[in-house]
Amino acid sequence: MSPAMNVVGRSVPRSDGIGHVTGRTQFTTDRSFPGLLHLKIVRSPLHHARILGVDLSEAERVPGFVRALTHADVPHNVYTILGLIGVEPEEEFVLAEDRVRYKGEPIVAIVAESEDAALEAVARVKLDLEELPAVFEVEEALRPGAPIVTHWGNNTFMYEGHPCRRVRFGDVEAAFARADHIVEGVYNTKPIEQAPTETTACIAVPEANGRYTVYTNTQAVYFSLDNTAIILQVPGNKLHFVGGTVGGGFGGKVDVIVEPLATLAAMKTSRPVRYAFSRSEEMQVSSTRSAWRIYMKDGVMADGRIIARKVTSYADSGAYSRQTPYALTKHAANAAGPYAIPNVSIDAYCVYTNRQPSSAMRGFGITMASFAIEVQMDKIAEVVGLDPWSIHFINAYRDGDMKPHRKLVEDATLIETMQAAAGLVGHELPARFRAMTSARRPEGGV
Amino acid sequence: MGSKIVTFVLGGREVEVMVKPMTTLQAVLRYQLGYTAVKEGCRQGGCGSCTVLVEGEPVLACLLPAEDVAGQQVTTLESITPVDGLDPLQQAFLDASGFQCGYCTPGMIMVSKALLEHNPRPTREEILDALAGNICRCTGYEPIVAAVEGAAQAGAAPGAQRR
Amino acid sequence: MVKLRGTGLSAVNYPTGMNLGGDPSQALIHATTSGSFVVSLSATDLGQGLRTVIGQIAAEALGVGMDDVVIDTADTDTGPHDMGTFASRATHRVGNAVIAAAQEAREALLDVAEDELEAARSDLEFDGQGNILVRGAPDRSMKIADIAAAAQFKYGRTIAGRGVYMKPRSPVDPETGAMDPDSTEAHACTVAEVAVDTDTGEVTVLSIRSAYEVGRQINPALVKGQIVGGAWMGMSHALYETTQPYYPDPAYSPKDFSEYLMPGAYEMPKIECVVLEYPSSNGPYGVKGVGEMTANSPIPAIVNAIYHATGVRIDELPVTPELILRGLDARARAARLAETSTTPDS
Repeated sequence: MSPAMNVVGRSVPRSDGIGHVTGRTQFTTDRSFPGLLHLKIVRSPLHHARILGVDLSEAERVPGFVRALTHADVPHNVYTILGLIGVEPEEEFVLAEDRVRYKGEPIVAIVAESEDAALEAVARVKLDLEELPAVFEVEEALRPGAPIVTHWGNNTFMYEGHPCRRVRFGDVEAAFARADHIVEGVYNTKPIEQAPTETTACIAVPEANGRYTVYTNTQAVYFSLDNTAIILQVPGNKLHFVGGTVGGGFGGKVDVIVEPLATLAAMKTSRPVRYAFSRSEEMQVSSTRSAWRIYMKDGVMADGRIIARKVTSYADSGAYSRQTPYALTKHAANAAGPYAIPNVSIDAYCVYTNRQPSSAMRGFGITMASFAIEVQMDKIAEVVGLDPWSIHFINAYRDGDMKPHRKLVEDATLIETMQAAAGLVGHELPARFRAMTSARRPEGGV
Repeated sequence: MGSKIVTFVLGGREVEVMVKPMTTLQAVLRYQLGYTAVKEGCRQGGCGSCTVLVEGEPVLACLLPAEDVAGQQVTTLESITPVDGLDPLQQAFLDASGFQCGYCTPGMIMVSKALLEHNPRPTREEILDALAGNICRCTGYEPIVAAVEGAAQAGAAPGAQRR
Repeated sequence: MVKLRGTGLSAVNYPTGMNLGGDPSQALIHATTSGSFVVSLSATDLGQGLRTVIGQIAAEALGVGMDDVVIDTADTDTGPHDMGTFASRATHRVGNAVIAAAQEAREALLDVAEDELEAARSDLEFDGQGNILVRGAPDRSMKIADIAAAAQFKYGRTIAGRGVYMKPRSPVDPETGAMDPDSTEAHACTVAEVAVDTDTGEVTVLSIRSAYEVGRQINPALVKGQIVGGAWMGMSHALYETTQPYYPDPAYSPKDFSEYLMPGAYEMPKIECVVLEYPSSNGPYGVKGVGEMTANSPIPAIVNAIYHATGVRIDELPVTPELILRGLDARARAARLAETSTTPDS
């Protein structure tokens, strides 16, 4: 490849910049359509309940009410978003049937001539609910006798017969036995909202040729189209998704929540339908970053080498798993961090609770692992009596090292990156760390 | 309560709209008049993406009943964009990469516009003060502050240009 | 009031691409008769600047200027399949697909150029400015626009290219966790400096200074934008944000931006960075993904800095003033206890 580049490596101006600074960039709800209807959701006021009855009679009398959609209107009402990549079982209800599993779970969709009318009708739907015991804490959810959230009898996602994604590398217990120090930590993090400044939204428009155009701010147009086609049981060629301009995502717009119902409503009414989250729906109902609890135990030698790491992680998936099973596998692949640790054991659990579902967010599965690992590194430095820089250099992985998930390290540059950071902050590194590189270790070297 | 006609001046042009009581200025601008640079990040006064100028002062259009602007001057991002090219403040946002997704940008530019109109040479503190009600989730604010500083240095406000 | 200062260190890696792979992206390129190239995709721009970066990659790979590339994306009637913008995958996957499509389109251009310029293929070269030249014969060159027009009107040929990139899906051994989760890894090291007010428990982040290794920067200004924006989000995660402040109690959940805490422009510290480039073996021009990871390393760096400032270890997020004050109280109690226990009995 030619070393001389014409445009790669240059800070050329953004092609969408003028649109952004003039406000001409067209975001999803900036589009208008004659006859546009508005869709709003009747949501569960309880964390866990049996649905005994839904009375729409008063809602139907609200001026501007067009129609209601219930689970009976949804052709394939139980789905799992990662079904497209083979994840099973189907578990989430587009609209609740006989039970709600989290506060805010959708029960009925109301379509009306105006947003105000839709909200008024939503307020007039009468729900007859029988409250059920709920569970909100990951380890409580795993105890015998805990309220069961799922429809298969326990509160974990199952990974090929295991209740967690596991990594087993070397012999952790033997290494702990010979370690000079054991350093332990329990790391807890709370749910976080992606909070893009533009809320999740779409407008589904019936076309003259019998197809439906769906304008959406999804992060993944085909992922949304394919899931919509499954839920509505229509051939994909009936659907035309248009997107690409997204007012922030951070993972919050990878779920497929608004498109199936808006498209169904457009099919049932032959009118364009808008379904846009309010800010409070974005905060209180849409997926968050999971809360995590991470137990981390490291066996460390007096010279600072970490010889064993045991991790048990619980991600609070909420009532449905959405993308979280994927996150735990990604977490398990990365919970040793960028370090060469010869003995590693990881159990990563995707746990169901009666909480608003969690799903993808920036750094998915890894952000909180990095938090735990790096606080742990600081503790190790203190226990061993070395400075934090030294602990990082001593344990940094190199090309050719074996990761716990049994892939050889390649493209390693941790050492060079840390050297550059030390230079940036004016930290004087000892000669042996200045001389280190991420190059493959000599045969038999450590 | 019935609808009523409200007349105001939008970007120098008189407009007349029929509004129901308590309809927000944001809804009127976006959905009746098509001024979609007025964004709707929260519709509860928490993000600043809907900021417009009313009589030169930055106002959250999502909280303001449209009736309240009767007879007043309303300025949106569309109104400050020249027919050809860009306002120097818009150019400064481009030059400083003062945006990523662009959704908060109209509000950021409008509060900055008001600041520079009143105070062509703001201190950094004054810029931070002006931006305090506007949320950006992408940029970390620094590029936005840099854009406003850049605009002030370039003399983006009319008063400054005369100097 | 005492302000305690401390510095914290962290280092992280971050994988590029959907975990375990199996996440294809396609690109289609065709030339118009005016010589511009339409690059059809289905990737989305979340604000990170995907259209710009992919435009740069397309222009580079086609050998034309940026103005001659049109990015047409995220319309499923025209754009071929793409898995989506997440997992720090878009520039890596889509960029590779675009390079493959551009190579095919270049071959089609060269087919026509051979005939038009009456030159051997091995003597033809792109100047990167929209022309094809005959090596050693400066007067014999043609604009790509003219070649594209000739292809359509004189020869009846298409100038087009198809590209796809997919890292094949890797299975996971359910017993050992053996798997191939990533395409490459980017790295970061962050040093954060904080001041902690011992009366209020309030943390002021004074600086976040980082080194990033991102393979190849397609657009350095956009990479820096990610680093600065990510530092803000990391700081926000470390000290402010949650939808459930009393987790696991689900009550008191914020409804809007008035209740959901985040730092604003006032709270932003000095953010500095250096960017290293060690091209990856499989990214377009050596790219590694940088979008997500920029929020990761600031979090533990800030939490470690709080410890070094105060002696209070906090193993939970967000680190609220309440947690810091309780930690300071616990330390003070422990110190008093130690004092009394060493005092001889009276």
